[in-house]
Amino acid sequence: MPGMTKELLNKKDIERILSRMAHEIIEKNKGTENLYIVGIQRGGVHLAKRICTRIKAIEGVDTPVGSLDISLYRDDLGMRKEHPVVRRTNIPWDLTDKKIVLVDDVLFTGRSIRAAMDALMDFGRPSQIQLAVLLDRGHRELPIRADYVGKNIPTSRGENIEVQLEEDGREDGVYLVLSGEDA
Amino acid sequence: MKRTAGKTAYIWYCRVKMLKDLVGIKESSKEDIELILSTASSFKDVLKRDIKKVPTLRGKTTVNLFFEPSTRTKTSFELAEKRLSTDVLNFSVPTSSVVKGESLYDTVKTIEAYGVDFIVIRHSSSGAPHFIARNVNASVINAGDGINEHPTQALLDAFTIIEKKGSLQGLTIAIVGDVFHSRVAKSNVYLLSRFDARIRLIGPPTLVPEMKGYNVEVLSDMDEGLKDADVVMMLRIQMERQGRGFFPTTQEYFRYWGLDMKRLKRAKKDALVMHPGPMNRGIEISSEVADSSQSAILDQVTNGIAVRMAVMYLLSREGENG
Repeated sequence: MPGMTKELLNKKDIERILSRMAHEIIEKNKGTENLYIVGIQRGGVHLAKRICTRIKAIEGVDTPVGSLDISLYRDDLGMRKEHPVVRRTNIPWDLTDKKIVLVDDVLFTGRSIRAAMDALMDFGRPSQIQLAVLLDRGHRELPIRADYVGKNIPTSRGENIEVQLEEDGREDGVYLVLSGEDA
Repeated sequence: MKRTAGKTAYIWYCRVKMLKDLVGIKESSKEDIELILSTASSFKDVLKRDIKKVPTLRGKTTVNLFFEPSTRTKTSFELAEKRLSTDVLNFSVPTSSVVKGESLYDTVKTIEAYGVDFIVIRHSSSGAPHFIARNVNASVINAGDGINEHPTQALLDAFTIIEKKGSLQGLTIAIVGDVFHSRVAKSNVYLLSRFDARIRLIGPPTLVPEMKGYNVEVLSDMDEGLKDADVVMMLRIQMERQGRGFFPTTQEYFRYWGLDMKRLKRAKKDALVMHPGPMNRGIEISSEVADSSQSAILDQVTNGIAVRMAVMYLLSREGENG
């Protein structure tokens, strides 16, 4: 395990951020009509569900929530000696003409989001895709930006960000990990 | 562990290390098998979509090298390859009785020089895929070698059983027919015995080896063998490998070891009937059974594509050919 970690967000911070993001999503879309929320496996899926719960509390409506695994759409598969585990994709709707809010935990190079958008297109032609992320750590390699950002956190490339969520059996928290590895 | 700079490292975002080749179940670990089976279920979801193709292996090339005739295995591999977006090359070799080691070596080296990433091979000689795997950098997948193994068939059988029965553990699985010549049966025995299934091998004594070292029960009486079985796997009588008096006539064979409705009743009520195909209706299996609600034969065909996609995904690695 790397030696140095620093807490960036605690449980309470994450709750406040998600409540704010739920409000922003409703505000920007003037309600929830035709709105679908899709989380990227795995952290994004947990966050997407939590955002849905908050939207329900505010608007009193159930927003459909799905999950998306992007392993099969990655652009770096051939560059790895190890493979990401392929997790479930659960999008039981035709996405044509739907407004999609894509949810991920950390926005970094933007490559995951590129892969996620390609994957979404295989489920139809959405009228719009918006992006919500808990953290934006910079270092984009593609022209991608988020519509909803929980918190901007400047990092160096050698650092890692670890998002821990209750759904994975640990207490909510976001940590900066100094891995000591150069990028 | 090498960490790529492109993604935040999550503790739970586990990565898996895979082997270069899939030459046999015998050579694969229980963990490898479990990983392939769990990955296959994600690919089965892909097959249910409107767009059944994913870009995962774009830019990779696969050669299907079939030294023995095959329709369904080859079709299944080809579909799996196309749905993963690899380029597919079919290198059909006319059936020849003996292919000498050296000429096989040259064929494969030539193919490798084309710059391929995967070689899917079927060969009448047991061990041919192992030989090739040692001599090329491409990933080699055994699509059936002689009377040795047919690993992807055993994987798709296991996947189908788990899909229908929940797990392999504790199940009684009867494998009926020409076990001796059947690479399907052998791969299945290797796989099932790792998962604590009770295996019964049933057939004419001339065609059922003891398989020492594996936990199998050998029976020649079918009624006894089917009793309370959860799964009945029928094997194809390989007409092309008979003619040495292993059994008298096909009619007699059906009378003793064919599966009809009456016999199937000896197994559990919800027993699953499987067959790797192509079926000889009326020789090893009656049409009534093959088309019954207990038959999982067509599920096997569908699952075959998902399992082969999973295998190729997991074997794909950094460009072996630079």
